[in-house]
Amino acid sequence: MSRKIVRIAVPVLVLLFLYVPILILALYSFTDATQIGAIRSFTLKNYVTLFSTEELRSMIVGTILLALGAALLATILGTLGAIGSFYSRKRTSSAIATVNQIPVINADVVTGFSLCILLVVVFGVSKDSYIPLVVGHVTLCAPFVYLSVIPKLKQMDSSLYEAAMDLGATPAQALFRVVIPQILGGMVSGFSLAVTLSLDDYFIATYTKPATFDTISTYVVNATRGSQTDIKTALWALSTLIFVLVIVIVGVMNFNSGRAQKKEAEKA
Amino acid sequence: MENNQNIIELKHISRTFEDGFRAVSDFNLEVKRGEFVTFLGPSGCGKTTTLRMIAGFDMPTEGEILLNGQDISKLPPNKRPINTVFQRYALFPHMNIFENIAFGLKLKKMPREEIKKKVKKVLELVDLEGFEKRSVSTLSGGQQQRVAIARALVNEPEILLLDEPLGALDLKMRKEMQIELKAMHDELGITFIYVTHDQEEALTMSDKIVVMSEGKIQQIGTPEDIYNEPQNAFVADFIGESNIFNGIMTGTMQARFAGGHFQCVDDVPEGTQITAVVRPEDIELTAPEQGQIRGKVISVIFKGIHYEITVQSGRYEVVIQSTKSAEVGSVVGMKVEPDGIHIMIAENNTNVFPVDMNRNHRLEFNGTELDTSLTQLIKGSRRNEEHELLDENGEVIDPEKIHIIASIEPQDIRMTDDVDDEQVLIEGTISNLIYKGDHYSYVINTDLGQDFIVDDEYLWNMDDRVGLILPLDKMRFQVKK
Repeated sequence: MSRKIVRIAVPVLVLLFLYVPILILALYSFTDATQIGAIRSFTLKNYVTLFSTEELRSMIVGTILLALGAALLATILGTLGAIGSFYSRKRTSSAIATVNQIPVINADVVTGFSLCILLVVVFGVSKDSYIPLVVGHVTLCAPFVYLSVIPKLKQMDSSLYEAAMDLGATPAQALFRVVIPQILGGMVSGFSLAVTLSLDDYFIATYTKPATFDTISTYVVNATRGSQTDIKTALWALSTLIFVLVIVIVGVMNFNSGRAQKKEAEKA
Repeated sequence: MENNQNIIELKHISRTFEDGFRAVSDFNLEVKRGEFVTFLGPSGCGKTTTLRMIAGFDMPTEGEILLNGQDISKLPPNKRPINTVFQRYALFPHMNIFENIAFGLKLKKMPREEIKKKVKKVLELVDLEGFEKRSVSTLSGGQQQRVAIARALVNEPEILLLDEPLGALDLKMRKEMQIELKAMHDELGITFIYVTHDQEEALTMSDKIVVMSEGKIQQIGTPEDIYNEPQNAFVADFIGESNIFNGIMTGTMQARFAGGHFQCVDDVPEGTQITAVVRPEDIELTAPEQGQIRGKVISVIFKGIHYEITVQSGRYEVVIQSTKSAEVGSVVGMKVEPDGIHIMIAENNTNVFPVDMNRNHRLEFNGTELDTSLTQLIKGSRRNEEHELLDENGEVIDPEKIHIIASIEPQDIRMTDDVDDEQVLIEGTISNLIYKGDHYSYVINTDLGQDFIVDDEYLWNMDDRVGLILPLDKMRFQVKK
């Protein structure tokens, strides 16, 4: 009996530990409280502020555009790298795999700071341009795209590319009509991973962003230090929205993969 | 176009990989238009590499490939009028059957209506009418194989390459597909080049068989030629079951082997060392006194259409296929008609290899000093006080300038699995073995790259790692001028 209690209690405690803070934030985002404490009344004021303040709106749109752009570039580069490495000789390909691991393991602070030095100090790229920021986020994301594409290539029947060539396709046609469709799943999950990483990033952005631009992360850090309470509470609303969005995306993805697995099972 | 013209010619084709492995060496072949040619050999013999070079997936390091008289060896695969049926089909999983087959035609920008017509026709040819909309994963192995064949044939290639296309099918399906493929070949008149390790498949389907081993052609011929007149022991052993014996010619069309005297039909000079091949079905069991040789039955296995009977005759084992059974332990006679014996002139199997003279003026092989007298080997030589070797003019011999060759017979080499044994001169891997009646003949790929031939009465496994012991008293040395 006591065993059964433990078996249920432990996961419940872990889940509470993970989700209670977010739920508290979500709850407070619907109140007029200026700090976590006594709740006087419920209101949607924070959501109105979030969408009516020009500064907040442009910051959110900018962050999303940055994430999508950087993820797109990272997906192209990461996929090219994976294909190149897959068709290289063994030694070359394991060298590429090792080099690819470094940005994954390396601390973001180091990546951000060193990129800043390289681009701004060494190459003299203007600190006001978006180039260092985009380069920084692509550097952050591309290795993860590589890591999610490589397994798909390994699963693929290696004679497919040759079969396409054999039927008259040029190498480029074989790549786009046969190889890419086979690894598309890996590219899509690499892309979504890249979007999340870019949205999440704080360190690289602080070192590489132009002074006039803020991502959600850098903005939140600055705003929590500031004194504008209505902006601070609007950020609770933003956090809640992001959380809901993530839950919806994860739910849809799980539903889809469940259906795909069922389909596979039916075929077999 | 003339029917007997060569559609494809391979001239002195060699392929050496980056790691130095020579997969194919000096491959020469002419294929006539409309022929069904099979490359046959054990795995790793270079047959697939040769096929890949014809398809264009691999480039020969030497030699040229002529298609209708024009060199295509540097042409990419998409520029060659040749299509391939892959071992594991290589169908595109994201396309349905129609799209798979139409892939090549769409690239040629053929009008849609014409593509539809052609796909329909080729699906009829492979017996898959109405399968256009099906997806690849809903098809069985045999059906996928047919789609793969259809996808290649729809492009109307001049040559169709098939890389072990039936390897993944079950026995019954394989037999059916063999017949169908052969029928398709006869109907379409396209040249087929087929790769397999299954000798029965090769014998059933081909007009011409190319038997390969270790990157080299062993024999080219019709199935009958290859079966009845194998050119060497490898071919005889690989194609069908055979009894292979070492022997000697004792007179005109007379040979002695396996402890008996036999009449034969091959005219080889008296005294020649020979290898005799006798097919198990060509040996007749008789009463003990009527046979050319006699022996004791040691095993009888029922194989459905015949019995496989093994007879111990002296130190030789003889395998016989007969529709009549025999009793284990009984003494029987064995008779072979002259045309049941195939005589091949024995290959000279003496192992010849270079040995070095080291700085101490001693013979050395693979890092081990050989304790043998150099003064006896090199005429008029003697040693001075520093133990240096002087030639007949009294001058010190330069180790770099003298070349010494050692030779040893296969039966004098011993094999051991204890490669750390002090007596082991060189290590290697067993790459081939042939049973010769009373012993096995092994080919050992040594780490120096040289192959040694070793006779041993015990059975070792392919790819076993062995150490070779070369007794010094059995080695002969010779100075090479």
